[in-house]
Amino acid sequence: MSQYSVLSILRHGLTGNKHWPRAWRDPAPKPSYDVVIVGGGGHGLATAYYLAKEHGIRNVAVLEKGWLGGGNTGRNTTIVRSNYMMPGNTIFYERSMQLWGNLSQELNYNVMMSRRGYYFVFHSPGQGEVLRRRANVMRANGIDAEFLDRAETMRRLPMLDYSATARFPIYGSFSQPRAGTARHDAVAWGFARAADKQGVDIIQQCEVMGYIWDKDKIVGVETTRGPIRANKVALAVAGHTSHLAAKAGLRLPIETHVLQAYVTEPLKPLVDHVIIYGGAHFYISQSDKGGLVLGGDLDGFNSYAQRGGLPTVEHTLQSAKALMPSISRLRLLRQWAGAMDMTMDGSPIIGKMPIEGLWLNGGWCYGGFKAIPASGYCFAWTLAKGEPHPDNAEFTLQRFERGYQIDESGAGPDPKAH
Amino acid sequence: MLRIPCPVCGLRDETEFTYGADATLRRPDMEETDPGVWHDYVFIRDNPQGRHKEYWHHVSGCRQWILVERDTLTHEIFGSSLVREVAA
Ligand SMILES: Cc1cc2nc3c(=O)[nH]c(=O)nc-3n(C[C@H](O)[C@H](O)[C@H](O)COP(=O)(O)OP(=O)(O)OC[C@H]3O[C@@H](n4cnc5c(N)ncnc54)[C@H](O)[C@@H]3O)c2cc1C
Ligand SMILES: [Zn+2]
Repeated sequence: MSQYSVLSILRHGLTGNKHWPRAWRDPAPKPSYDVVIVGGGGHGLATAYYLAKEHGIRNVAVLEKGWLGGGNTGRNTTIVRSNYMMPGNTIFYERSMQLWGNLSQELNYNVMMSRRGYYFVFHSPGQGEVLRRRANVMRANGIDAEFLDRAETMRRLPMLDYSATARFPIYGSFSQPRAGTARHDAVAWGFARAADKQGVDIIQQCEVMGYIWDKDKIVGVETTRGPIRANKVALAVAGHTSHLAAKAGLRLPIETHVLQAYVTEPLKPLVDHVIIYGGAHFYISQSDKGGLVLGGDLDGFNSYAQRGGLPTVEHTLQSAKALMPSISRLRLLRQWAGAMDMTMDGSPIIGKMPIEGLWLNGGWCYGGFKAIPASGYCFAWTLAKGEPHPDNAEFTLQRFERGYQIDESGAGPDPKAH
Repeated sequence: MLRIPCPVCGLRDETEFTYGADATLRRPDMEETDPGVWHDYVFIRDNPQGRHKEYWHHVSGCRQWILVERDTLTHEIFGSSLVREVAA
């Protein structure tokens, strides 16, 4: 597998770009592996990469029912931040933020991490106080956070509505300067290529239908491409976790809900940062191609359909217009949706399941893109050592029984409220 | 847009309703002292792919809570009834 570099681009350019090798192999599944990872999204692929790279476990397969990154990894609004304040979340997301910094070099693949800064605008003194507390927790943990008054917010984000008729007046904003966006497909492809290079088999068009059992222990998976045995079966299937866990007789604190995203026709540079509207659940950034990328609320009822409904489109666009009236005449180019695991406290689960042989990485809600590097790193560690890394030690399934929920938004046990 | 049949008002737009929750859950008896039973009630969900029984509140209509059976993959709705009638 060749190394990507300026020289390789020049060389292939001179020969008409006709001779680029495949980025990863397309092997047939072997009868058995040390670890089988189910799900070829960012989390599954990153886990495979770190298993091989950090722990020398290379006899690994990633099984994907469709194509790599065709799940939520390729459907999200690509926001990367580490502004979490609950113990457990804070260090975990900050580890991810640090891994993002060097990810393009690490993978020899440009993931286009752009630290364009994240701004959360607030609309009342009370909302500001809550954000100030968050900023303080972050700073106390050595994470960058800034708190801006109205004048400074106006200077940095001049395109928002500061008029007397604004639906919600802007009092100020809270910012994480190192936060930003990355290219979602490149994250899946970069981890896939780097994992393949380490010897990991990436097998697409291979759906896991059930498990191979040895008494009450899981020793492999039944797939559409035949049985594959494994010492460890590791799930990383985003919105499909409950459904695959149910095949092992497990019931989980998860509901599957749908989240939509939208992109407008391209514009000249207008939105230089990631902006979050505090008046409703709405966020916006601008892609390098110029399209404005918008996101909002869940559709609000359990769903596995990878499509969203019109009421949520309307609600999101109303928010967009309330925050930035200048974009009201833009047309939407595309709209899509992903089915996500929403947990009962809004935080993920990484660890060993109560059934021997089964391991889980799931429950990412709508915040799992930014988590990909740390999640892969920590899940690989957990699989290799049989115990969690300190950074994912709080993300157990047992926390719900023990009353240790990690409820970042303080919304209580309602999966659609996080 | 879902079109939800209300037993009182007929077929109405989703925007008139508020989604409640999974309708298969039963609150344990208040005398129940086993934390495991409460844990299952508060946190654990079947989250089926397919038919799902769920509560909706016709908040901008007759204000009745209704029980709807809907497919979570296709969003097809199979019927509805008044919760107080099912619960009785
Ligand atoms: C609209 C939207 C916006 C979002 N915005 C953000 C954001 O701005 N920032 C952020 O941090 N996060 C965001 N998220 C969340 C983020 O996208 C996800 O948490 C993350 O991508 C999950 O990655 P994954 O690898 O776990 O899942 P996926 O990428 O979904 O991968 C899981 C894979 O498993 C496969 N699979 C499922 N069942 C089987 C089976 N039986 N056999 C084999 N394979 C199977 C699927 O085909 C899929 O490819 C957003 C999500 C959505 C939907
Ligand atoms: Zn009604």
